[in-house]
Amino acid sequence: MIEVNDLHVSYGQSEVIHGVNLEAKEGQIVAIMGRNGMGKTTLFKSLMGVIRSTSGSIKVGGVDVTKMPSYKRVKQGIAYVPQGRMIFPSLTVWENLLTGLEGSRTGKFPTDIFTLFPVLAEMKTRRGGNLSGGQQQQLAIARALAAEPKVLLLDEPTEGIQPSVIKDIAQVLLKVRDSRRITIIVSEQVLSFTMEILDRLLVIEGGRFTADEPRDKVDVGEVRRLLAV
Amino acid sequence: MSLNEVGSMIAMQGFSGLSLFTVLLLMALGLAIIFGQMGVINMAHGEFMAIGAYVVYLFSQLTQNYAPGLREVYFVPAVVAAFFVAGAVGYVVEMLLIRRLYKRPLDTLLATWGLSLAMQQFFRSFINPKEVSAELPEWLLGAFNPTPSIQVPRNGIFVMGLTILVSAGVYLLMLKSRWGIRIRATTQNRVMSSAVGINTDRVDRFTFALGCGIAGLAGAAFTTIGSTGPTSGSLYIVDTFLVVVFGGAANLIGTIASAFSIAQAQSLLEFFLTSAMAKVLTLMTIIVILMIRPQGLFTNKLRT
Repeated sequence: MIEVNDLHVSYGQSEVIHGVNLEAKEGQIVAIMGRNGMGKTTLFKSLMGVIRSTSGSIKVGGVDVTKMPSYKRVKQGIAYVPQGRMIFPSLTVWENLLTGLEGSRTGKFPTDIFTLFPVLAEMKTRRGGNLSGGQQQQLAIARALAAEPKVLLLDEPTEGIQPSVIKDIAQVLLKVRDSRRITIIVSEQVLSFTMEILDRLLVIEGGRFTADEPRDKVDVGEVRRLLAV
Repeated sequence: MSLNEVGSMIAMQGFSGLSLFTVLLLMALGLAIIFGQMGVINMAHGEFMAIGAYVVYLFSQLTQNYAPGLREVYFVPAVVAAFFVAGAVGYVVEMLLIRRLYKRPLDTLLATWGLSLAMQQFFRSFINPKEVSAELPEWLLGAFNPTPSIQVPRNGIFVMGLTILVSAGVYLLMLKSRWGIRIRATTQNRVMSSAVGINTDRVDRFTFALGCGIAGLAGAAFTTIGSTGPTSGSLYIVDTFLVVVFGGAANLIGTIASAFSIAQAQSLLEFFLTSAMAKVLTLMTIIVILMIRPQGLFTNKLRT
């Protein structure tokens, strides 16, 4: 579904991502773990086109999106839940969800969104900014899913969220993976959440992937050691 | 003075207050979009009103010279044309100038001020350095008499009708349409809007053009009230910003409430004092209120 080849990303003169390769298949949850400052968010931003990559290529469903601005990448099937959620605070919950349709190829609102996130159905007319952090995170995920993407990028979805909502989010991600057969790429620092959902683990260090293991080969102790500061 | 006469006077005074309210509101609506929603300080906003007024004037000249028979009907298409001409100029200005300055609000202020001077000189050199007025159709002249002692000027009624129409249109567009959602999303978070699939450059351009088009409509409406000169626009700009800032920048209801309270205060005070004193008192009151509530009358209360 998504194919990244030798991707380099820099801020001015300093290179942050040093040639990353990644191929993820449909119906697979790929977790990217790494400490702060290792390039997770930069990688996600460059996949989404928020920042430009200096070289390399990104393909989604076989289409090269490397030179496309963000809004065209969404049409090709990438959806993005950024770190810090970034919902539109003064828009209502329903209006926030409608913005998700902007990148949809069908233009229709998927009916199962409110089944996945019942809390959003209750809050439909509330302004996004008045929701709790956990509800905002669910809204951000629902907004991304409204576009019916092929690839969903989630940047630290559990950051600052209460544990009960973290469990809900994990359940939703597993359901969505199975019902829609989409690729989910998620960056995380919370090991328990990641172990619950991942099919494959990538470890990022200093802008490079240093490990790539399928679920049954992941050594939890080793990962914990890597994440420790 | 009989009771009847007092009643008539109150009715007419009330109408003049409402009339000023609609004029202020019409001026402020375009800026409520450009400054209130997009955050662009457009010092040339008054000149876009002048464009609208000049379009009506040119239509009037053309009808007079080539088709005098159309005098009664030219006005309505002229108002529509004023919207599109001002909007088109706005579209080009956004593309060439404003677009490059979204991250530098203070430079926008200077750049648009320069633009306003350039536009004024354009009016002076290519249209007429003196004040001009459009030849109005009969149905906009004189007054309407509901009773023998009450006179309501027809141009006032026209401006009022147009304002209601435009306000309703802006309200529906901003709050009930998909375009409105795109505009509000883009102004809140440009990067994220692009990342949900909104073409933000296009949204910016159309929003700016729309605000300028509405300014053009306002200018067209003012040809029924007064004449138009190269610097007419700069006379409107202070009041316009005042209404938008006082109302609370990002809020349409605030703009309406603010136009209403400024207009009513102004016309009520003018009845008892001179118009200069009325202006001074209104301004002072607004300054005091803004010192206490710098965010304006209405704001959207939100967690961040």
